[in-house]
Amino acid sequence: MSTHQPSAAKGGKIRAPLLFAVMAVLIVFEGLTSGWNGALGIVNMGLISAILALGVNMQWGYAGLFNSGVVGFIALGGLAPVLVAMPPTPGAFAAGGWQILIGLMIAAAAIVLAVWLNGRLAGKTRALAIIMVLVAGFFTYRAVFDPAVAAVQAINPSALGYLGGLGLPVLIAWPVGGVLAAGAAWVIGKTALGLRSDYLAIATLGIGEIIVAALKNEEWLARGVLNVNGIPRPWPVPYEIDLQGNAAFVERAAALGLDPVTASTLLVKLLYTGLFVIVLGLLIWATQLALKSPWGRMMRAIRDNEISAAAMGKNVTRRHLQIFVLGSAVIGLAGAMMITLDGQMTPASYNPLRYTFLIWVMVIVGGSGNNWGSVLGGMLIWYLWIKAEAWGPQMMDLVTANLSEGVLKQHLIDSAAHMRLIVMGLVLLLVLRFSPRGLLPER
Amino acid sequence: MSFLDASDMTGGYGAADILHGCTLKVEKGQIAVIVGPNGAGKSTAMKAVFGMLKLRGGHVMLDGEDITALSPQDRVRKGMGFVPQVNNVFPTMSVEENLEMGAFIRTDNFRPTMEQVYDLFPILRDKRHQNAGELSGGQRQQVAVGRALMTQPKLLMLDEPTAGVSPIVMDELFDRIIEVARTGISILMVEQNARQALEIADQGYVLVQGANKYTDTGAALMADPEVRRTFLGG
Amino acid sequence: MEFLNALVAILNYVVVPATAYGAQLALGALGVTLIYGILRFSNFAHGDTMAFGTGITIIVTWGLQALGIGLGPLPTALLALPFGIAITAALVLATDRVVYSYYRKVKTAPVILTMVSVGVMFVMNGLTRLLIGVDEIQFADGERFVVAARAFKTATGLDEPLSIRTTQVITVVVAGLVVWALFWFLARTRTGKSMRAFSDNEDLALLSGINPNHVVAVTWIIAAALATTAGTLYGLDKSFKAFNYFQLLLPIFAAAIVGGLGNPLGAIAGGFVIAFSEVGVTYAWKKVATYLIPNWEAEGLLQLLSTEYKFAVSFAILIIVLLFKPTGLFKGKSV
Repeated sequence: MSTHQPSAAKGGKIRAPLLFAVMAVLIVFEGLTSGWNGALGIVNMGLISAILALGVNMQWGYAGLFNSGVVGFIALGGLAPVLVAMPPTPGAFAAGGWQILIGLMIAAAAIVLAVWLNGRLAGKTRALAIIMVLVAGFFTYRAVFDPAVAAVQAINPSALGYLGGLGLPVLIAWPVGGVLAAGAAWVIGKTALGLRSDYLAIATLGIGEIIVAALKNEEWLARGVLNVNGIPRPWPVPYEIDLQGNAAFVERAAALGLDPVTASTLLVKLLYTGLFVIVLGLLIWATQLALKSPWGRMMRAIRDNEISAAAMGKNVTRRHLQIFVLGSAVIGLAGAMMITLDGQMTPASYNPLRYTFLIWVMVIVGGSGNNWGSVLGGMLIWYLWIKAEAWGPQMMDLVTANLSEGVLKQHLIDSAAHMRLIVMGLVLLLVLRFSPRGLLPER
Repeated sequence: MSFLDASDMTGGYGAADILHGCTLKVEKGQIAVIVGPNGAGKSTAMKAVFGMLKLRGGHVMLDGEDITALSPQDRVRKGMGFVPQVNNVFPTMSVEENLEMGAFIRTDNFRPTMEQVYDLFPILRDKRHQNAGELSGGQRQQVAVGRALMTQPKLLMLDEPTAGVSPIVMDELFDRIIEVARTGISILMVEQNARQALEIADQGYVLVQGANKYTDTGAALMADPEVRRTFLGG
Repeated sequence: MEFLNALVAILNYVVVPATAYGAQLALGALGVTLIYGILRFSNFAHGDTMAFGTGITIIVTWGLQALGIGLGPLPTALLALPFGIAITAALVLATDRVVYSYYRKVKTAPVILTMVSVGVMFVMNGLTRLLIGVDEIQFADGERFVVAARAFKTATGLDEPLSIRTTQVITVVVAGLVVWALFWFLARTRTGKSMRAFSDNEDLALLSGINPNHVVAVTWIIAAALATTAGTLYGLDKSFKAFNYFQLLLPIFAAAIVGGLGNPLGAIAGGFVIAFSEVGVTYAWKKVATYLIPNWEAEGLLQLLSTEYKFAVSFAILIIVLLFKPTGLFKGKSV
């Protein structure tokens, strides 16, 4: 692959620390000019973006796999906090919850049976049997599933109308999010890997759209577009309102010269930052270890020359499946963290441009194949994405300053918000063209 | 001077040279055959003559003109025709369309040439509307040779034209190649079937490690006990 | 009578809309498959090329409407279409010159080119939004129906209405003409044949003296024309919304793969397979069943999947084809 031509990285050893220092300066500058609340907000989403980029980097950077359904895996991971941490809806399981699960199990059983028959039978009987199993399975599933869904959704529809969760601590949801995404990745990888490289890209594009569509429409699961609000916070993050009511906290804030409201929001954000840094640190440690292990060397060998790796007896498809599932798990984990940070699940917000292709830009800009590069790319591109939102209109104001009031001026000002798509596209194109190895090249 | 004069060719794909002062010459209307062990640089020498390889030394002259600096496409315009060893037809296009594509650079009427090709390979006339990818291996080779003839080349270069075809088809292909040579076209070909190829060769080149080991008429090489013992299996 | 009613219901709700949709998908898939055949990568920017071309066409349409120029019963957009195609082709050619040509020169892996097309997609998406915004736009004017529901009911005396919109007829007619012209071009003209030769065997095409830059440029122009036409027909038939065109990428790719990537005939077949499955699976068959089975009242809507999941249909077909026939129904490239 031409992006991975080995050549000495410019700047050598000090390059990475230098670039991270620049990133830190940007954040500090943001904090000093626009307030620390906003700056910490960028840091927190930047950290999540870094984890997302790490996951995508495992797939693209280590193995050259093109996942264009990142948004779906993020969304699936985001489902976990709802399922794990929300309180169960009283009576939902009695009303139809179990029946929904039975319906889903019927559907799964039909598919498993069809797959099993596919291996057992041959010729026309096979096709006929599979079709019959699938059709019968589908209608049984719908007969069991539909009334149960209606029953669940009838429970207090304005506030609940869904199964609710297990009421467990939300931190448990993070690995669960990873597992959910890994499961979906396994299914999709099993079908599309081992074929031509673009097929995976197109298949994942599909699964991404479908997962998001399901989250939007399956109200019994996570209320669909009605959103789930008030997802509990993870230990040890408190609620601002409790802090503000805490006399000791208010006193200490005053000692630092802060009003209680600002101090509480800052503390909450800082605690999130701490949690995210721990997770990111663990992931970096693990991925660096993996990358340097014989397994990591083998992955890169496969990526750089699939044919010769296959000739050496490596099962390329199996390795690809492995890395695809692992990378998706990391993406799912980050998806769960993001929903935890937001405190609400809003399926309508999962936009592929923002959650698939922007992550791609992070990985490419940071340096494909380099874990630290992904972290840097995640932070930096997130920063630019947020800032570009403000810069676009400012620039447009400048451009249109001399224009007379009218339709054109209004149109230009209105559309300034779209400028950042063009900017991101240009960044991606420029990096691919002039610095395909990114800011922090591999090795 | 010979019609094709490729002298002292030195070069390779990467840093290491494959050809070391290799010289190939073909007279007008004659057949020259390159034989030699695997890895001797036979196909590489052919590619060098056709301009698919950058030479670090030596030169290629065609009909007295120095063409060393020309691209393969320009060499086709100068009168070279090349038949690659594999992937030498357009599989989803009909036989006739393959021949048309062969004549792509011609601006005059190429119908008479197409008729000549059909006369040379009558089976192609029968299958003119069939896709080349659906033909047998031997027929596909005929399409490939026919395509190269469509530019009315003065030098036809064949890279192992008989690779993977049955002995009967091979004999037939060699017969056709002799017929082509009789029309005044010079032929340079690389062959694995050294013995049969040298039998029809006016000139033979035995290459070893990118250099000429033996150069003589086909008959003389066949008669040379040393060549027989080392390269023709006794 | 009941049987006729059922038939008309199927025609009205399944066959007519799916035929129009299938024609739109087929045109889109043809563009994708041509790019794949000649330039050898999956162009993720194709949906946004469609959106851009349609956006330009709409703007020209507005201009023509403001000048009072129209086509009478036909939508003005048809008159604007050539302008849309010309500008889109210019943009796409410029993109090729600035972006893609470099990667051809250095012979990059196809997957990198796909990645590059993602960058182009971003830029085109942004350009389209800048140009025309993100809102839904209706730009069909002229006569609305060829066969109106009420007139059909009075004429035939059936209970079921049949309505065929002008835009649906135009879609099918225009798509038919475009496909005929494209196939004539590929089969009969020197340039068309050289494109097929290039798609079949690039090295041999070069040896035969075919100019790759010429082939690539013609391919981009045709792809831009197909994309703009497909996008405009889709927009006339439904409505224009920039994001919808990005979402069309999935059914279009599914159609191209189902037919066999790189195979134009396959792309058309794939377009109709996807469209009919999508409409058939998301249609509520209750009405038809009530006509056909007397004295039976269906409990549900008899809808296999709700319309929100129409993409799942393309996806399912895509997966089935990948599992059982990875080169597609018609033999495509396996590179």
